[in-house]
Amino acid sequence: MIKTLLSGDMPRSVPLTVILGLILVCLALAPFLFPGVRTVDTAARICIFVVLVASYDLLLGYGGIVSFAHTMFFGLGAYGVALASTHMGRGFDALLVGSVSGALTAAALALVIGLFSLRVRAIFFAMITLAVASAVAVLVSQLSGLTGGEDGLTFKTPRALGPAFKFGGELFGVKLNGKLLSYYLIFFGSLILFLLLLRVVNSPFGRVLQAIRENDFRAEAIGYRVVHYRVAATCLSASVAALAGSLYAIWLRYVGPDTALSMEIMIDILLMVVIGGMGTMYGAVIGATVFVIAQNYLQNLMGVASGVVEGLPVLPELLSADRWLLWLGVLFILSVYFFPTGVVGRLRAQK
Amino acid sequence: MSDPILKLEGVYTNIAQYHILQGVDLEVPRGAVTMLLGRNGVGKTTTLRTIIGHWRAHEGRILLDGEDITRLPTPAIARAGVGFVPEDMGIFADLTVEENMRLAAVSGPIDPARLDWVFSAFPPLKTFWKSEAGNLSGGQKQMLSIARAMIEERRLYLIDEPTKGLAPAIISTMARALRDLKDQGASILLVEQNFSVARALGDGANVMDDGRMVWSGEMKQLATDAELQERLMGLSMEAH
Repeated sequence: MIKTLLSGDMPRSVPLTVILGLILVCLALAPFLFPGVRTVDTAARICIFVVLVASYDLLLGYGGIVSFAHTMFFGLGAYGVALASTHMGRGFDALLVGSVSGALTAAALALVIGLFSLRVRAIFFAMITLAVASAVAVLVSQLSGLTGGEDGLTFKTPRALGPAFKFGGELFGVKLNGKLLSYYLIFFGSLILFLLLLRVVNSPFGRVLQAIRENDFRAEAIGYRVVHYRVAATCLSASVAALAGSLYAIWLRYVGPDTALSMEIMIDILLMVVIGGMGTMYGAVIGATVFVIAQNYLQNLMGVASGVVEGLPVLPELLSADRWLLWLGVLFILSVYFFPTGVVGRLRAQK
Repeated sequence: MSDPILKLEGVYTNIAQYHILQGVDLEVPRGAVTMLLGRNGVGKTTTLRTIIGHWRAHEGRILLDGEDITRLPTPAIARAGVGFVPEDMGIFADLTVEENMRLAAVSGPIDPARLDWVFSAFPPLKTFWKSEAGNLSGGQKQMLSIARAMIEERRLYLIDEPTKGLAPAIISTMARALRDLKDQGASILLVEQNFSVARALGDGANVMDDGRMVWSGEMKQLATDAELQERLMGLSMEAH
């Protein structure tokens, strides 16, 4: 059963299985295990970023294609939901229309970019995606009448997904309301998308992609059209990124250039893939979890540490909460140094 | 004599500013092993890579069973029935032996009888069926590379130096497998520097020099004429 769900791609390492199991349980029971607005918000972000990073892993880790437009596809999905909900009014139909439109637009754009650039050499794809992503970000800022410009769009999701909607009293001290439903929509949506990606990379299509990544000429000489496979992977990856964006918009009930289109998110995705381990899918789970938790709690942790060492020379300054980004950087350098094949690669090698 | 399975007519191939092939004419008969011989750097590998479409012929024609494949993309040539074993093996190291083989069976699921035959030729592939190809030894990687071409019946096999850098015991295994393939009636164009293998397998021989075909004839004639070998390739097969 589990093997079928995971498409036969088991974690292949006991510590990795334990870590993944722990993350799954924590995310599945997050509202009950860690009640609180911030913790549940962190859990939802982890779910969404797992999908976003896994979709990028399909491209980079399995296809060997470097793209800088993944945030753009993510943003298309987010804006799709926002625009649909703004114009169609709150409702699940708006969420569905927005998500599907976002995914289809992302796939169409990926197809055009892919056909123009992947035909020549994969590196041109990276350059073109960078240019297109920048252009789209500027366009979204400029088209303020449609997109809300720099302020973004705040919209209403269906009542059933809002905190005001109650469907019972309390369970283990947690209010049974729309926000809880919203979390589980994000959780199960992400879980399904992740399992779908796992199925894709373990299908014959995924194997051909891996073959192309390793030796594209050899794959062609066997009979596979490299451009077709690369373009298909790009479109699929873009669609899933857009769906992750839709989930993000549903969770936040807001979308803006900084939350869904910024280059910072793109860099975060790259770091998460590298930290977790490229070409493993499970690396996305580890990378996203570590990164999002560090992003959300490192500052607090350092504040506590700084308090503990108060009175000592230099240390309180070094551990000041304001310097959290510096330590985040140090953590990444160390993780890349000690886990060159990512956490998953390292754990699997230890077997 | 029936029409050749492959025919090259005045093929010119340039790589960047270098004129590598300068009017190559070649005929590969059906059901025979045709050797492509010559010193290093005379254009043997480029000839194979031009046939498979990796390098484009700037002039001339390449006919597979009478059909012009000169301008076809590489995947189309492969699916037309040309199996290519490159010099660098080109195995997919991150995939298992099984996955490598399944990828190579482009026309559908692997025929179990054919797989048994491949296993009988290369027993280590059965042993390491579920192992990552990157963990195989050099000889086993070469076996996998050839096995991928053999896993389906091809109209033509292009094999580039299959015994290069291998231990004598592995070379014997390779030679046996290629002999087996030949006995099944396969058409093979083989680049081989190991003359004892070339002599044992080759029916016809073609010798290249400086991007041109300088001699074509029977392998046994070349194998027994030391003076001809010296003149064509600058060395004698007897030394090997």
